[in-house]
Amino acid sequence: MIAFNKYYNQFNILSVSLVVVSLFFLIFKGLNFGIDFKGGTLIELRSNDKKINVSSLRDNLSQMNLGDVSVKKFGNETDFLIKFENNENKNVIEEIKKNLDKSFGNNFNFRRVENVGPKVSAELLRSGVIAISVALALMLIYIWIRFEWQFSLGAILALFHDVIVTLGLFSLLGLEINLSIIAAVLTIVGYSMNDTVVIFDRVRENLRKYADIKIFELTNISINETLSRTLITSITTLLALLSIFFFGGEILKGFSLAMIFGVIFGTYSSIYIANTVLVRLNVSQKTILKDDDKN
Amino acid sequence: MLYFSKFRIIFIFLISLIFIFFASSNLFKFSNEILNKKINLGLDLQGGSYLLLEIDNSPVIEQKLQNLSITIRNFFKEKNIRIRNIKLSDQQLSFSVDDEFKQIILDEFSDEESEINPYYQRFKSHQLEIEEDNSVLTVNFSRQGIIQIKTSSQDQALEIVRRRVDEIGTNEPNILKRGNDRILVELPGLDDPMRIKALLGKTANLTFRFVTNNDEDSFGAEKLMYEDNSEEAMVSKRIILSGDNLLDAQPRMDSENNETIVSFTLDRVGAKRFGKATSTGIGKQLAIVLDGKIISAPVIRDVIASGSGQISGGFTFQSATDLALLLRSGALPAPLSIIEERTVGPDLGQDSINAGIIALIIGFVLVILFIFVKYKIFGLITNVALIINLFLLVGVLTIFEATLTLPGIAGIILTVGMAVDANVLIFERIKEELKNEKNNLIAFDSGYTKSRTAILDANITTLLAAIILFFMGSGPIKGFSLTLGVGIFTTLFSVYFIARLLTVLYVSKNKEKGGLI
Repeated sequence: MIAFNKYYNQFNILSVSLVVVSLFFLIFKGLNFGIDFKGGTLIELRSNDKKINVSSLRDNLSQMNLGDVSVKKFGNETDFLIKFENNENKNVIEEIKKNLDKSFGNNFNFRRVENVGPKVSAELLRSGVIAISVALALMLIYIWIRFEWQFSLGAILALFHDVIVTLGLFSLLGLEINLSIIAAVLTIVGYSMNDTVVIFDRVRENLRKYADIKIFELTNISINETLSRTLITSITTLLALLSIFFFGGEILKGFSLAMIFGVIFGTYSSIYIANTVLVRLNVSQKTILKDDDKN
Repeated sequence: MLYFSKFRIIFIFLISLIFIFFASSNLFKFSNEILNKKINLGLDLQGGSYLLLEIDNSPVIEQKLQNLSITIRNFFKEKNIRIRNIKLSDQQLSFSVDDEFKQIILDEFSDEESEINPYYQRFKSHQLEIEEDNSVLTVNFSRQGIIQIKTSSQDQALEIVRRRVDEIGTNEPNILKRGNDRILVELPGLDDPMRIKALLGKTANLTFRFVTNNDEDSFGAEKLMYEDNSEEAMVSKRIILSGDNLLDAQPRMDSENNETIVSFTLDRVGAKRFGKATSTGIGKQLAIVLDGKIISAPVIRDVIASGSGQISGGFTFQSATDLALLLRSGALPAPLSIIEERTVGPDLGQDSINAGIIALIIGFVLVILFIFVKYKIFGLITNVALIINLFLLVGVLTIFEATLTLPGIAGIILTVGMAVDANVLIFERIKEELKNEKNNLIAFDSGYTKSRTAILDANITTLLAAIILFFMGSGPIKGFSLTLGVGIFTTLFSVYFIARLLTVLYVSKNKEKGGLI
């Protein structure tokens, strides 16, 4: 049996500092919102000419009065991603096409064009925030129905930890937040909850079984009993996610990365946040028996 | 938990076969309509263009209020009430009357039988709202009135957009209402939406009006630019003919001067009016105005009574074709603007499909190997269930002809990773049970029973997340939530029917064997 409970305090301190640092980044550095949420235009280009590079493209586009233009490589050597802010000019894509053809010859294939107006981006951001809030609220209600409040608190704290730290990591690394990241965050919420609930289920079962074991020991027993399941599921989920990350193409990179972070944090938090909350609230057999009587 | 009746075994077999059939039917073609079902590929996988259009209703509201000002004036004139200082600004109409009449007007507006202010019984609301501020009365549309205007112009705009898109002839366009002032246009297979964007961006409001001098016209005149921005001219506000009177328009080559023109045919009313205008206006210039810009203003030389004519204006063949198309399909009730555009080229779509399939195969193989190494014979059982699960998932998507997006593929891969969870929970539980219970059957049975709540919990939480995403998300994200959500049900089926059946068959043959798992 691994003595997870030996490090409860240390890991609690770590979790709190992670959340604080993440919040710090979220507040002061902010998130790198993509065009879905900020509005603007995105163009994915593929060039036939290997000589064309980021800086020559950037020089060319910066003469076009597009405002703040970002040009980046996208996966391949010959693929580029161009982004700029909302532009009043309705024909801006056509003009960019003409301009690039003139300067570099007819060497470009416009693989993807996305243009999100300010009104739509504001709506997408709002519905994203609503979606995550509703998800958290629903999880709260679900766990509140299923368990005693001490367990709910533990699960919710673990959930907030995972979402905040994942977003904090995105802020730290400057990774783009787009619609698929919202999907990833929601899936993380589901996954983290799922992981926590499985351990909690066992904690409750053990609370009924052993009246004389203290919660400090009991959580450790429960974590160990469910440990191989926790690990196997995390591993298979990570295997799936890693194959999306490495082979699923550039578009899914951000999504799979967010999920990979989320699965790791989710597994960690169900052990070291959710359970320690039970310990700190001194949950005992009485806690669940009271509830059992009511039913 | 361990008993399966013969009937149930047959049932499981049949269900699995049906879904496997439909999953593989994506690869074949059937002439039978019920059998010939396929998963739709989203625009991000097959390539195409997604355009979200917003209708700007303010000109419509302005126009309606303009008309209303005349109606109100005439209506109260009949009652011998003089409406003074009638003004239209900021989308509201204001006027003043003598104090003695004020109440009569207010009563008229709040009367449920009112002739000038219709009452919508269903919404318990009038079309118009009236407010009193000292001696000035202001009228504007009520919330319900605005909604009525919006939905009606949305209906009209949808029809016009459909006609224009159909004229261009893209395959299977999808044109839908969004809210009450938006229209969604999905154009599969279209990788350069330039032309369609230009066509949808034009209101195509065509009018024929005389070029005039300000003082000789009682209708008033306005200064309009030529389309090439070269000159401007004073044009009467009186409309001789509008696009509504057009029956047909076609691009033509004018053989005399080798110029591309648009020839048009008028309906009966239009032909009559055109004849009259050309007979009285010989020698005058008739301006052809499109969306507030003069295309051309030819001098009338002859009476045109045939009801057909032509527009010249330095067109290229393409611009003449587009103008004819716009005139044929009719004018939009209000200007449209494109507020969101997402276009994916077909080769990127194909790349995404390939990458998605490779990721799926690799993810699948890794998970299968891992599970086999971990659980041996029971790993094999889990893997068989996992493979059937994948067929079930694809089969369900096929039967409902659901739309598969790139995030949707990610959802399938993720399902593969998470689907083993339930079996892992069960097997781990059985292992624990076997420590205290020597009878294999009893241990397996209680393993299944005791792991059930945890499995249910785990799947409900994921399902909640998927449901929220489905209702909140748009386009590709919806595809993700769909595969994730359907995946939960197929996973439960494959775990509790297929994997359990195989487990039961194996265990009942090895009742006495120790260290089964």
